[in-house]
Order: sequence, then C-alpha cells, then structure tokens
Amino acid sequence: MEVGLSAFVIFFAAIFTNNILLTNFLGMCSFLAISREVNSSLGLGLAVIFVMTWTSALNYLVYYYLLVPSNLTQFRYIAFIIVIAAFVQLVEMIIERYSPVLYVVLGVFLPLITVNCAILGVCLFMIIRDYNFLSSIAYGAGGGIGWTLAIVAMGGIRQKLANAKIPKPLEGPGITLIIAGLMALAFMGFSGMIQIQ
Amino acid sequence: MAKLTSQAIIIKGLWTDNPVFRQILGICSALAVTNLMVNTLIMGLSLIFVTALSNVTVSILRNITPTRIRMMVQTLIIASYVIIVDILLKAYLPDISEALGAYVGLIITNCIIMGRCEAFARQNSVWPSFVDGIASGVGYALVLLAVAFFRETAGFGSVFGLPVIPSEWTRWTIMVMPPGAFFMLGVIIWVVRSIGDKELKKDETTS
Repeated sequence: MEVGLSAFVIFFAAIFTNNILLTNFLGMCSFLAISREVNSSLGLGLAVIFVMTWTSALNYLVYYYLLVPSNLTQFRYIAFIIVIAAFVQLVEMIIERYSPVLYVVLGVFLPLITVNCAILGVCLFMIIRDYNFLSSIAYGAGGGIGWTLAIVAMGGIRQKLANAKIPKPLEGPGITLIIAGLMALAFMGFSGMIQIQ
Repeated sequence: MAKLTSQAIIIKGLWTDNPVFRQILGICSALAVTNLMVNTLIMGLSLIFVTALSNVTVSILRNITPTRIRMMVQTLIIASYVIIVDILLKAYLPDISEALGAYVGLIITNCIIMGRCEAFARQNSVWPSFVDGIASGVGYALVLLAVAFFRETAGFGSVFGLPVIPSEWTRWTIMVMPPGAFFMLGVIIWVVRSIGDKELKKDETTS
C-alpha cells in the first residue's frame, strides 16, 4: 500500500510541484526552439512522455540488474545514453513500419529526443533519489506529462504573442525565458500541496 | 571552411557566436547551477574541460569516423570525459559534487559540446579545435558567472559566499529560486542583443 501511494505522490509531484522544466530546467533547448505553436509542442510532448516513461523503466532495470551487480555504476552515463539512443532508434523504426499516422505526428521529433536533457535527467534523478521500480516509472511518466503541460502552455502563449509589440532584442528566446519565469512562479503555487526532495 | 586564426576563434567563442546568448544552446545547466557562484565556477570549468578535450578527440578521429555513426561516437567521447570529471569532483570536491548532483551528468546532453564537435571539430585540425573548445567553454562559463553574480548578490547578498550587501537589505529570495533564473537570463539576453544590434547597424552603415 505504501509503495503504491508513494509512486502516486511522485507522479503528481513530477507534474506540478517538481515540474522538470520549470524547476529543474531540463529540456530547455527544445523547449525554446519548438514552443512556437501548440500543435508541434503537443507532438513533441507526446513523444517525450512516451520515451521518458519507457526509458526510465529500461534504465532502472539496466542500472540495478546490470551495472550494480558488476560494480560498473561509474559508467551509468554511457549506459543510459546508449539505452536512450537505441530505444529512440527502435521506436522510430517500429512506428515508421506499422503506424504511418503516428510517424507523421511524432516522427520528426523522435531524433531530437535523444539529446533532450530531460530524458537523461529523469534517469539520473531517479537513481540519485533512490526510487523503486514503480516510483521510477511514475516519475518518468509524470515528468513527461509535466514537461508537455509546460511546453503546450508556452506554445499557446507564444501564438498570442505573435501579435504583441515586443522590443526587437527581446523577441524570441528573451521573452520566452521571461514568460517561463512567470510560469515557474505560477507553478510554485502548487508547492504547498506535496513535497518530494 | 576558411582557415581561422586562433584569435578569431576566441573572439567568436566569447562574443560574436557566444553559445548562450547568440545560439541559445546549453540553457538547461546554465539555469540550474547558477544560484551560487562557487557551483557555477566549478560547472564552468568542468564544461571547458569536456568541450576542449572532446573537440580534440573528435578532431583526431575525424578522418576515420564513419559519417553515419558519428553522432554516437561523439556522444560516447563526451560521456567518457564527463565520467572523468564526475570521478574527479567526487574525489576532491565532494560537497560541490553533491550540490551539482545530476547536472554533472547532464553535461553530456549539453548541446554546446555536441554543437562544437559537429560544427567545428569535425572539419578542423587538432589545435584550432582545442582553441575553439576552450573559447566556447569560456564564453559559456562567463555568461553563467554573470547570471550567478546577480542571482547570488540579490538572493543571498554575497559573492562566492562572502557577504557584500549588509543584512539590512531585504533578500530577494525569488532570485535564487527557479523563476529568478528565467528572469535573469531573459534580461541578460535582452541587454546583450540590444548591444549586438547596435554593433550590427554600425557595421552596415560603415561598410
């Protein structure tokens, strides 16, 4: 019971109070580049949720059943990167073969994901924080959903901003960062609800 | 690509093509570690080390790396250097290693390093690649230190842990929390781009 509860708490904390983008700053590069409109933000977000959930599970298994027994934990960075890259490649091939519709939606975003720091970040955080298997999956899924929430909201705001008068040097990344700051402020309002480290 | 002198490469890395405010690369770790200047300095030095050495390695291997798998090779080279940094930090600076936590590992996915390997080291010989790695790394570290300077002075009233602002001054706690990082970097990009735009206009009118 307690294990299930903690996984549930971690899931919600990863979405709201410890949003991976707004409090841990992970995945900023693609966040700044892609968040121009809602549709592509959503596409990338879905791909991130999918890959993040699966790779956190896979990397958990790799870390605790492969690296820890053979005392190779120092090499976790290399192992994680290989797992993520291989998984993304595999998913790309599978959906290209079996689901052309999904490939059109997610295809262009998948290669971007290998270098998305959020994916590697989630895997590293779950090791550092000693999550169990269920919590790790919950953290991966929650992290992905939280990231998607933030990027879709930003996509919506930026679509409106296209009509706003912004000082020239502030356009693009500058204003996006300032809005992200305001969003982070808003998300801090959730922090009284639940706390994870 | 035309041959560039070391001096030109350094100016490009530090100012005209500065990774953070020109190319908007590597923002993730730029924001996460900048609440204290000490952490920022260590992060900056680690990044300079990794960028310079992976640039050198990629450049040495550039003629024997098959194009199709070059991304994988570059990632592995970068990851190896990051592991070295991680072990060194754990051994000699355990406190800072603890504070930086996962962000040391995240140097691997810092787009600056991959970007420099891909854009520069792959086509240039060893020495220019080394200089380019150092210059980009220093350019990145300087922006990080600037962000950290404002965040630490406003949030904790100190520089490198030494108090500089008397305690009567109300601390802007918001500056050391996540939103402060976003605001600060946004403002710095704004300021730098305003200066850059003026320079561009001047160049256009003189030429």
